[in-house]
Amino acid sequence: MAPDRNIAQFSVSPDFGPELIASWFVFNTWLQRRVGRPIHLELFDSFTDQRAALAAGAIDLIYANPSDAAVLVRSYGFTPVVRPAQHPDEVVLAAPETSAAHAVEDLGPGTRLAQTDDPDVSMIARIMLEPADLDATNTTIVELDTYVLVAKALLDGRAEVGAFLDEAFDHLSPLVRGQLRPLVTSQISVIHHALMVGPRLAPHRDELAAVLTAMGDDPAGARVLAELGIDGWQPMEHEEAEFLIDLMDTLAA
Amino acid sequence: MTVLADMVPEQIEGPGTEHHLTFHDGTTRRVYVTEIETPFPDGKLIVSRTDLAGVITDMNQAFVDMSGYSPDELLGAPHHILRHPDMPAPAFADLWDTVLAGEKWHGYVKNLRRDGGFYWVYATVIPNIRHGEIVSLTSVRRKPSRSKVEASQALYLTMV
Ligand SMILES: Cc1cc2nc3c(=O)[nH]c(=O)nc-3n(C[C@H](O)[C@H](O)[C@H](O)COP(=O)(O)O)c2cc1C
Repeated sequence: MAPDRNIAQFSVSPDFGPELIASWFVFNTWLQRRVGRPIHLELFDSFTDQRAALAAGAIDLIYANPSDAAVLVRSYGFTPVVRPAQHPDEVVLAAPETSAAHAVEDLGPGTRLAQTDDPDVSMIARIMLEPADLDATNTTIVELDTYVLVAKALLDGRAEVGAFLDEAFDHLSPLVRGQLRPLVTSQISVIHHALMVGPRLAPHRDELAAVLTAMGDDPAGARVLAELGIDGWQPMEHEEAEFLIDLMDTLAA
Repeated sequence: MTVLADMVPEQIEGPGTEHHLTFHDGTTRRVYVTEIETPFPDGKLIVSRTDLAGVITDMNQAFVDMSGYSPDELLGAPHHILRHPDMPAPAFADLWDTVLAGEKWHGYVKNLRRDGGFYWVYATVIPNIRHGEIVSLTSVRRKPSRSKVEASQALYLTMV
């Protein structure tokens, strides 16, 4: 069904766990009540599908993966509104408990890396494998739909190392997590998601920022934030998005 | 133009040898270097920004920790505060030519700590372009592999 162009279209980067789908719909309901305007939430199964919708101009508001910040700002004219407070994207590289590897440097050529299609996690994982001289020429990527499947691939011996968003790793069942050994956890702290508005909603940017930064003061808002695992929103200026883009640029290849 | 203070033996950790550096701007600095290597912290990135003259304007905590200097000593200082005598000058000339031409630069760099020790990094430097103009420069360093450090060390020995 073609989106109604009179209704603002909201989307969330498809890198969160299935347990949060309902929470994002509750977030959307909260937000449209607060701004007094209909907002339609459209979720996508993959980054490929979401990027196609962006290219078609079918998204006005997006909780974006940092890997998409450059295209959003420089090609589609998006502007940052807020970022989650104290919520950087960090990555855990883990091996099965039975592995002989205790550090990334113990992994050798031919290593199979299990990961999802989450672009910033894959990028950070690649960087954390560099100290072991592992790159695209001597590793094989095993791409899976969810972090639970990444863990399963490790336990089944289909990969030697897996890349997890840190919170996804923490949310694995204790039984599964207990059979995995973290080799390294990133502490980058400057790479994070961002909520951005496209040109059609840009006139409402400041209003959205004001509503969202006060979200935690409202009991219903605070509950939604807690469900999403976000402490609160903090304002994000245009230059912060530019700096995030520059950082991602230094890390790409 | 900021002239860096000479290093003094009191700030050095362990036995050090004395060197005299001359920077591209003509300023000089006495440094002491030791053989003590500080390993790059796993999972971290070292980030700093400079103005177009190479003066440090921003940095993260990992940068402060690895350099051994205080934030006050680093902010406003020329980035060659980290220059190690084992690094060949042409490497930095290439860095500056590349980024001022609007391109990305990568390289393996041996840095000098405040205490005379050193640490190796894999550095990327990019120009920060706003409204079509280069307004500042950012460097992000990550952990280099041992084999790349050894290869760079051997190469740089032939250049200095
Ligand atoms: C963003 C940025 C980061 C830099 N980081 C370093 C560094 O970590 N270590 C270093 O010796 N030089 C670094 N440089 C290069 C120095 O500015 C300088 O060129 C070098 O230390 C040699 O000194 P000189 O060019 O003043 O002779 C950096 C330059 C830029 C623009």
